[in-house]
Amino acid sequence: MASQTSQQGLFFRLHIDFSLLMGLIILVIIGQIILYSASGENMALMQRQGIRLGIAFIVMFTLAQISPDSLCRWSPVIFIIGIVMLIAVLLVGTKVLGAQRWLNLGLFRFQPSEMMKLAVPMMLAWFLAGNNIPPTKKYLFLAIVLLLIPVLLIAKQPDLGTSLLVSSAGLFVIFMSGISWKIIFSFIIAGITFTIPMWFFLMRDYQRQRVLTMLDPESDPLGSGYHIIQSKIAIGSGGGFGKGWLNGTQSHLEFLPERHTDFIFSVFAEEFGFSGILILLMIYLWIILRGIYITTQAHGTFSRLLGSSIILTFLTYIFVNIGMVSGILPVVGVPLPLVSYGGTSIVTIMAGFGILMSIHTHRKLLAH
Amino acid sequence: MKERYRLKDHFIELRIFHNRSIIAIFFTLILFILLISRLFFLQINNHEHFTTLSQNNRVSVQAIPPTRGLIYDRNGIILAENLPSYTLQIIPEQTTDIDKLLRELSQLINIRDIDIQKFKKEVRRKRRFEGISLRFRLTDKEVAIISVNLHKLPGVKIQAQLSRYYPFGEETSHVVGYVGRINEKELKSLSPTNYSGTNHTGKLGIEKSYETQLHGSVGFQKVETNVKGRVLRVLERQNPLPGNDITLNLDINLQKIATRAFANKRGALVAIEPATGHILAMLSMPNYNANLFVNGIDVKTYKALNGSWERPLYNRTVLGSYPPGSTIKPFMALAGLELNIINHQHQIFCPGYYRLKGKSHKYRDWKKWGHGKTDITKSIVQSCDVFYYDLAVQLGIGKMHDFMSLFGFGQKSGIDILGERRGLMPSKKWKRETRNQAWYPGETVIAGIGQGYVLVTPLQLALATATLANGGTYFQPQLVRSIKQKSDTEELLVTPKVQRKISISQQANWDHVYKSMTDVIHSPRGTARRLNKPGLRYKIAGKTGTAQVFSVAQDAKYNEDELEEHLKDHALFMAFAPVDNPKIAIAIVVENGGHGGSVAAPIAGQVIEYYLSQFSDEALKIKNTEIVHQGKQKHG
Repeated sequence: MASQTSQQGLFFRLHIDFSLLMGLIILVIIGQIILYSASGENMALMQRQGIRLGIAFIVMFTLAQISPDSLCRWSPVIFIIGIVMLIAVLLVGTKVLGAQRWLNLGLFRFQPSEMMKLAVPMMLAWFLAGNNIPPTKKYLFLAIVLLLIPVLLIAKQPDLGTSLLVSSAGLFVIFMSGISWKIIFSFIIAGITFTIPMWFFLMRDYQRQRVLTMLDPESDPLGSGYHIIQSKIAIGSGGGFGKGWLNGTQSHLEFLPERHTDFIFSVFAEEFGFSGILILLMIYLWIILRGIYITTQAHGTFSRLLGSSIILTFLTYIFVNIGMVSGILPVVGVPLPLVSYGGTSIVTIMAGFGILMSIHTHRKLLAH
Repeated sequence: MKERYRLKDHFIELRIFHNRSIIAIFFTLILFILLISRLFFLQINNHEHFTTLSQNNRVSVQAIPPTRGLIYDRNGIILAENLPSYTLQIIPEQTTDIDKLLRELSQLINIRDIDIQKFKKEVRRKRRFEGISLRFRLTDKEVAIISVNLHKLPGVKIQAQLSRYYPFGEETSHVVGYVGRINEKELKSLSPTNYSGTNHTGKLGIEKSYETQLHGSVGFQKVETNVKGRVLRVLERQNPLPGNDITLNLDINLQKIATRAFANKRGALVAIEPATGHILAMLSMPNYNANLFVNGIDVKTYKALNGSWERPLYNRTVLGSYPPGSTIKPFMALAGLELNIINHQHQIFCPGYYRLKGKSHKYRDWKKWGHGKTDITKSIVQSCDVFYYDLAVQLGIGKMHDFMSLFGFGQKSGIDILGERRGLMPSKKWKRETRNQAWYPGETVIAGIGQGYVLVTPLQLALATATLANGGTYFQPQLVRSIKQKSDTEELLVTPKVQRKISISQQANWDHVYKSMTDVIHSPRGTARRLNKPGLRYKIAGKTGTAQVFSVAQDAKYNEDELEEHLKDHALFMAFAPVDNPKIAIAIVVENGGHGGSVAAPIAGQVIEYYLSQFSDEALKIKNTEIVHQGKQKHG
């Protein structure tokens, strides 16, 4: 017990939360094991993912050293830089696969929308924490405007997945700031009353068709529905204990598209079955509950709002990705966090955990 | 209003936050339970169902391509149809070693290297469970050989398909065009879903410009197959929507007569119905067989066609730009009369040449010793050049440009096949903009006889003739007459589109030109008098033209026999008939044909004769008052 405490103390001095770190490491190891199978035992691809994970852990460790107070002070600056870069992307960005998301900085290409996943909740937390909690209607309105600017800029690239994650990150901050249920419900009702006339009067037939296909991909079995049909077969055929590592037929016979990126969960489900899934989900749940615990112990409104937004966005990733591959949510490009191959998202997610660790480990130092 | 807290109340803030955190935990748990129950449903409840699908039986989705719409001529004769043919396909997913399979197949039947190349390209872009075509149009014998050996060839199947066929492949090649296998570039612009079962798309002519109408919408079936890929049962089926049938204004018999009349000459012919702008015949000679392109033309044949100096692939009706030569003269005379530059009694003396004031350069008439005293009618009938040199100078290039533009010179007609050229009616502004040079007076002189910068396409010339014939209604020419949707019983008629109505200052001016053009055929000295056959039921109005390809030096003499074939003059002819009640307007260019009157006019004569033979005496006489005006008469 004594050694445990001293170890905790060592991690604390390094500004690392041991429980969170353990959860993340186990998750990453599982991710690498399944990626090996999903990529068709491609070592070069594994190596690239390994390097990316290394960078992500370094970023996490670095951010954990910065105190929440400094982060709070820099929030508006980071936000404004992010907005400027988003505008720059629309004006001079590099086009990849029809979407304009990249900014060429000479040495490397950079995706400003990825940065906004953290910059937006930071900005909103800074803005709301500086005033009374819960916010008055005026501040609520301004917060929504602050959120809409980057969301619309990202949606215009177009990048549906990222704009969804950025807007949910912002909405979580607003939700956690304690706005009344009356306001929350009136927003939901307003949303519905706005959607209905838009559906019947403003949208054209082909646009309606496109939305319907997105909501029910199986109606288009030659297009996007193909992915879902194959993904469901992969998951379902996994059964209770799975077909075994490297034995997934759906994935190895190449029925399953994008199996090492967005659809990696289906490979996992096929090879490790329902029991494997329960273990994976328990690890995710562990990380999320630990994150929420950290925020409840946090000092300062900024830390609390930012921390809970980060952890709830992580939840959104998991829910949207698994919901999508199992056919209960429309197909939007959201990866399974820390398991899917590639994407700058790994770095962003780990940066978020760095901030959480900073919130937790700077607390007692500030208290004394 | 409740009083707001001035100071931050940390206790209340913390309480609110803790409440929200509890909600967040609930929220998290609910979402996890939702996911777990969904996965339980898939993996435990429906495990067997999905296992069946995954292991022994695989669900595959097959696209069912729609049947392409047919193309008919105005009398319902079929111009493009779909005939059954057998295609050899390979499904990559079901093969073990594609290269070995290809070797085995080529021992059984003839497979060319190019087939294998095309096949391998397709493999990369299609899904593994989709059949990929290796050979088209198998003979009955080949089908038999493959069928017998099918058990030794996993992944091979013979697909009965419909293949496009053009019964008049040569006569209609430039108009109807053809379909061909979809290439990489087209793939990007076509909808991947709608074309997932389609191998062909329109490449040229009507087949290309009406692709969306002709193609239809794809259908699909979800089928359960066993390990060998045999379809066990169809789970779900949505039938394709066939493409729409298209009827053209073209008269295929007229097209055939015209093609035969051209024999082995090069050139183009366009015939238009003056009352509607409908295209009755449209051919570019020499032509080629469109059927060669449907399933991939072999390199040798293609090179021969593409490299030929006669350029059979080139659609001269819309791409060929020729100097109109003397065919511009009736329009010039009309311009002079309508713009009050000359009157009906106007006469000049033609000494065989024309000189600009103060210049020594002689612009020569084709008749070396001149026409003597020449009035409007004589200038058209005998095609006096000096008359028009003088008229052009009096009009000036500006007025000429504006008046000719009314008849569509230098403008795209908007015909419903793609890629037409706009020709050229020069102006001072044009020369300044494109060449950055001043306009010289001498250029006005030669523009007056349709030489110099002036260029027309045969389609433009025919359209201008139709506009002259119908008294000034300029139509957008239409090849397509109607479109019939398979689901609908009614045909959708394409309404004639009036682009503009030329305002007439005096009907007498137009009649004067009509009379002069009639004399070109019906007077003893007319340049096309050979068309005036005894017993002709109607009168023809026309104008011959000869366009210079090669310019003769000031003091040299043009000697036809000495010139090489490709430097000889182009022969042109434009005409309409009957004069009082025009049913057909026609323009012909015969490349390097020599004289319009002797080479181009007889072809027009045959076409007009055949077309008007379909009308009774009554029908020819009745003055056609039913020129369709926009908005006045509606179809469909």
